[in-house]
Order: sequence, then C-alpha cells, then structure tokens
Amino acid sequence: MLSYIVRRLLIAIPTLILVSVFVFVLQKLLPGDPALVLAGEERDPEVLAFIREKYRLNDPILYQYFSWMKAMLQGDLGISLRTNQPVTQLIADKLPVTIQLAVMAMVIAFAIGIPAGILSAVRKGTAVDYIANFVALSGLSIPNFWLGIMLIMLVSVHLGWLPASGYESPFVDPLKSLQTMIMPAFVLGTALAATLMRHTRSAMLGVLKADYVRTARAKGLRENVVILKHAFRNALLPIVTLSALLFGELLAGAVLTEQIFTIPGFGKLIVDAVFTRDYAVVQGIVMCTAAGFILMNLIADVLYFLLNPRMRSSL
Amino acid sequence: MRKDFLAALLLSATTLATAAQAADLRIGLQDDADVLDPDQSRTFVGRIVYTSLCDKLVDITPDLEIIPQLATGWTWSDDGKVLTMDLREGVTFHDGTPFDAEAVKANIERSKTLPESRRKSEVKSIEGVEVSGPLQVKISLASPDATLLAQFADRAGMMVSPTAAEAAGADFGNNPVCSGPFKFVERVQQDRIVLSKFDGYWNKDAINFDTVTFLPIPDTTVRLANLRSGDIDMLERLAATDVASVKGDANLGFAEAVSLGYQGITVNLNNGEKGDNPFGNEPKIRQAFSLSLDRDAINQVVFEGAFAPGNQPFPPTSPWYDKDYPVPARDVEKAKALLKEAGYDSLDVEVQVANNPVQTQMMQVVQSMAAEAGFNVKLKSMEFASLLADQSAGNYQASQVGWSGRVDPDGNIHQFMTCKGGINDSKVCIPEVDKLLDEARQSNDTATRKAKYDAARDILINELPIVYLYHPTWIWALSGKLEGFTAYPDGMIRLENVKFK
Repeated sequence: MLSYIVRRLLIAIPTLILVSVFVFVLQKLLPGDPALVLAGEERDPEVLAFIREKYRLNDPILYQYFSWMKAMLQGDLGISLRTNQPVTQLIADKLPVTIQLAVMAMVIAFAIGIPAGILSAVRKGTAVDYIANFVALSGLSIPNFWLGIMLIMLVSVHLGWLPASGYESPFVDPLKSLQTMIMPAFVLGTALAATLMRHTRSAMLGVLKADYVRTARAKGLRENVVILKHAFRNALLPIVTLSALLFGELLAGAVLTEQIFTIPGFGKLIVDAVFTRDYAVVQGIVMCTAAGFILMNLIADVLYFLLNPRMRSSL
Repeated sequence: MRKDFLAALLLSATTLATAAQAADLRIGLQDDADVLDPDQSRTFVGRIVYTSLCDKLVDITPDLEIIPQLATGWTWSDDGKVLTMDLREGVTFHDGTPFDAEAVKANIERSKTLPESRRKSEVKSIEGVEVSGPLQVKISLASPDATLLAQFADRAGMMVSPTAAEAAGADFGNNPVCSGPFKFVERVQQDRIVLSKFDGYWNKDAINFDTVTFLPIPDTTVRLANLRSGDIDMLERLAATDVASVKGDANLGFAEAVSLGYQGITVNLNNGEKGDNPFGNEPKIRQAFSLSLDRDAINQVVFEGAFAPGNQPFPPTSPWYDKDYPVPARDVEKAKALLKEAGYDSLDVEVQVANNPVQTQMMQVVQSMAAEAGFNVKLKSMEFASLLADQSAGNYQASQVGWSGRVDPDGNIHQFMTCKGGINDSKVCIPEVDKLLDEARQSNDTATRKAKYDAARDILINELPIVYLYHPTWIWALSGKLEGFTAYPDGMIRLENVKFK
C-alpha cells in the first residue's frame, strides 16, 4: 500500500509541472495588458512603467516562468497585482472558506442523494422511483444562480430566517457561520445530490441483480441488512470515485454561488483575477486546485482498495 | 453591600441601554475596494470608504462648488501660479499626530514621489510646497492650473498621517490612518471593511454612527435583498430596473443624482490603420450616426428613464453644458441625407462593447436605431481587459466606453480631446481645440473657462470623436430608518447629519 501511494505521489510531480506550463502559457496568450487594467482610468504612462517594472512584465517569458517556478518551490507564489497581498496569504485566507463550503455541500449531497438513490433503486418502477428521478432531474437542470436568488428572496427577505449574504468564520461564531453558509451549501449540494442519486441508483441496480444478493436473501437475512450491508457496500465503489471528483470540483470554487451569496472563497477570487490579468493569483490557485484534485483522487483510490478486498491482494 | 449591588445593577443597566442604542451603519457596495491608500487607490468604491475615513483639503457641494474641509480658505496669486491655503485649527489624525502645514507638505510630496503613487498626474503641476506658517501653505505651480482645487476635493487632497505613512511606506493601506470622522478598525478582503467613530473629529457633532461597515455585494439583486431583509441599511448603485419597486416600497428610501461622467462611443479617427475608414474619416457620417439615435428612447427602454440622455461630456444639468447644442432629437431623414452626401447609402460599422448585460442591451438598441438610417452595426462583445487593450492600441473602429467623470470640466475633456492627451484613444488632433482647452485649464475665471469650452464645443460638436449617449445616475436605496442623506453627483456617501430616526 505504501509503495503504491509513493508511486502515485511521484507521478503527481510531472502532472503538476504540465499543469504549471499550461496555466502559465494560456495566461500569457490572453489578450489584454495587466498594466493597463491596473493603472487606473487615467492610464498615466509613469504609473504604467512603474507597474511593468515592479511586476517584471517586461522580462522574457521563459525567465518569468522559471523565476515563478523557482519561487513556488520555495513556497513563494508571488503577489497579487491587484491588492499587493502575497498569493499564499490570499489562498490561506480563502481556502478554509472554500473547504467549508465544499464539505457542507458534500454532506448535504450525501444526505439527500444516497438515500434517494438507494430508495429509488430498491423501489424501481414505483411512484417513489419516479418522484426521486423527477427531483433529481430538477436538481440537475435548475441553474444555481436562480435557485440561490429565489432562496434569498424567500428565506431572507420574506421570512427573515437567515442572512441574505456574507460570511462568518466558524472559529469566530459557529452559529453565524452555519447561518451564512447553509443556503449556498444547500444550493450546491442539491445539484450534486442529483448526480449522486442517479449514480447510486444505477450502481445499486447493478448490484441488486448479483448472485450474492440472491444468496443473502435465500439465507433469510432481513431485507434491510441485504440492501445496506451487502448490496450498498459493493455499490459504494463507483460512488466513492464520483464523490472524490465532485469534491475536487468544489474545491476549485463555486463561482456563481459565491458571487450570489458573497462568500469570499476561491471561485470569486479566481474570476476577478482572470478579468484583471492577475497572473500570480490565477497561477497560484490553479496549482493549488490541481494539487487538491490529485490528492482527492489518491484518497479515492486508497478508499477503493480499503473497500474492495479483492484489489488488496493484487497490489 | 446592597447599595453596591444596586449601583452595579444600575451601571450595567445603563451600559446595556447605551449598548442597545449603538448606531451601527451597514453599507452595501457593488465592488470591493482596492488598497486603502489614497495615493495608490484607483477604485470608485475606495473613494466611498475614504469619504468616511479620510478628510480632504476641500470638499464640494451638490452643485459642484468647492468648500472648505481641512483647508478653511485659499487665495490664488495674480499670475495664478501660487495657491495659498489656510488650514483648520485643532485637527488631529487618528493616531494623535497633529494636522498642520508640515503634514500637508508631506502629503503632497508623497503623492508626487511615492513610487506606487497613482496621483502623480493629478499633482503634476505642483512644483513645490512652502510651509509659510504653522497652519498655512503656499503651493507653487509650474504653470497656472485651474483644476488643482478640484483635484484637492478628491484623493489627491486626502490627508494621511505623515507618521503612519512614513512608518508603513507602501503598506500604508493595511492600516490606514487619516483624520476623517471614522477610523480604521479591520478589513477582510472581499468581505467587509469596518470603521469606528473617531472621538477627536473636528466636526464630530454631525456624526451619528458608532461604526460603519462596508460590505461588497456584487450582485445587484442580492444587494437589494440584503437591504429588504435588514442585513444592510443602505446600498449604492441600485439597478435602474429596480427603481420603481424601491420607490413604491414604503419601508425604503430613495436618492439619486446625475453623475459627473458619461457613456458614449469613441471612434477611431487616427489611431493606427484601423482608423482609416469612412466612419473614422468623414465627420458627416458620424453626425448621421448620432442623428439616427433617439437618446430619450434609449434611456426609457434600457434604464427605465432613470439616467440622463447626453450629447456632451457634461450632463445637461451641469453649469458647464453648452446650451447652444441641446441633446438632438432623432432625425432619420437628415441622417440618411448626410450619409448620402458622404457618398453612402449604407455603411458597415463595427463597435466593441463590454460583455455585460446592460451595455450590451444598450448597444443593441443603438444597433437597431442606426440600422434605419443605413448603418449596419456589428457588435463585438469583449471582456473589459481586452477591450481596453484594443482601444489603447488602436485595434478598433468604434468602442463603447464611458468615463467616471471629474468635478472639474477639464477632467472630462482635456485628456481625450488634445493631441497629446493621455486617454485620447481616437487620436483626434485639432490645434485650435488644443489651444482652447489648454487656455481653459489655465484661467481661474469661470466665465472665461466656459467661453473657451463653448468655443471648443463649436468645433467638436461637428467633429464627433466621441458620440456621447447618456450620463448614468447614481442611485441609492436606503432603509426607511435612515434620514438626512444628501445625494451628490460624485456618487460619494457623506455621513454628516445622516442618522437613524
């Protein structure tokens, strides 16, 4: 197991290098001059020259790339052209927010999606199945931003139960943090729940047809035990893989949701950074997200092995 | 023992009572401010925060007259090259440093010499600052500059504590220290900026809030929802489409003021080879284009009548507006005739526009109106940074952009219309106009300046390097609990005499 993990981590390195080249080159290919965007409306030539000098925008491309890589390996991701803050600090400030949103959304997605998927697989063809499928399809089709705004109108303006937007850290005020995050997490979670439900349903359907399920029933085990202990355990495998991918996507930042609910997470940060050609921030976040994604996939694969005894012996 | 207990009870009751009456104002902004250093800052919302945080040498009235703030009086020398300013007594910065002539001198030098300063062009005309008394400065200019006082009514005139500026250098923005009604408490990027009342403020009796919190909420619908749910007390830049519903809501207040800026279509006259086309070469064609538009209808359709149609750099309500040229009514026949005179029955025109819904919708209306006169307008939707780059480099035929506007009329014309103007993207170059605009900025007499701007207008109204379309209106929505708010054309939120009912 350990050697497997080490091997995977080693493969991650060339992957990350490739990602770094891509993000760097793509950014430089974007039309538009960051100095112009940053200089302010007046476009004072003195200010433009200063910005280009300070952020070394005039240096040759390869030199810029290698100085960035070198600094990154030493833990320095550069500074944001827009706010003058170090990128590492920006990421450190916003990553916990994004993680909190991602975790809460996944919890809601699991809580809704998996039971719904199991139920609709077990009760396939009945009203329960159709309703669950209908709800799943709605969840997939309803745009995030529309659902978000509707929820704000209903819950904040009309009922006054929750604040309309904003964010509070759980370490400062856990209750307020829950209040500010529950709606965005719900919006994100319901969309994911729909996907999870569909996958759980098809995984379960596949497993319920298997011989060992028939055997378990023949042995006289209670239906609950058959479904949850035998069938679901095996259906878990594709669900685990999917969940890891979904979580990785969430880490990249839920741009629209963050915009609507004014959550200071990655999504909003990276969108603003792209539009203002804040190269260092975009590169830093993409590298961070890529690393996070690779890690999530690794965790998913490890879980896979833990859940599936047959694969353990093949290591 | 019991007396002590009663005393303690009374004390805590009073504290609770005062705490319960703490007046905390929460303001919803459209964007997050950039760095909180008046010398480095470049965002509109940054200026809103400074209005509460940093006092300036002078301020303006809603009619754009310059009035005292940190400077109590000023005189120009006869040749217009020395500005003597008397300063207010008894003012201190938030860190206790006294405000005096030395502080003013240090501030102006910082604006001129700090490497990161964005204010250099605004104070370019200043050659030196002499401390002629503990509360008097003599500012000498290289050549007369009528715009200087107006610059002092904005970021160039904001006074920061020299002690704090010296200690922090370019990182001043992390903990700004000024002399305004509120002092800096904390900032969470893209989340909130919190200020609290400064007890040493020279005009503190006019201030009725204990704290002010600025919350950036980019989505206009969500910002309004926050106001309706009571999570904020006022917001800036209400969407024009929400005006009717706010006006009809008895729980909400409403305020508006026509802004100092404009939105229009900048035409490439001489900026590179893309300027060499009929639209850029022939003024008659541009006049035809302008005549084909119904500016009132654009205002009604896109902005529900909330904005102000325009045809000059200043709105019709401005004292600098040239009344000889009112906003033209639509005249499709004349437009077609002019186009024909120039030798065309129809003409293709490509206009860049920022890819946000409002500007795009506005240009689609323009497109359909111009089509009736024979213009085939092709819209090129672009994101802002690319649009700016193309415009600056001359890689465009026409570009829909605006200007946020300045208090002094020079700020809305000079950089755009003079041959060497820094933001002259159309590269219009008419020596007569250059002469008039240069003379206008050197005279301190309003009548003289107006005459020169009018004379320049006589030429530019036919040349049309920029086809002006409208002037946005700043629109605020307020909680019904607030009173005393005055709308200013510069869009700033001044909290003097504003209070909860």
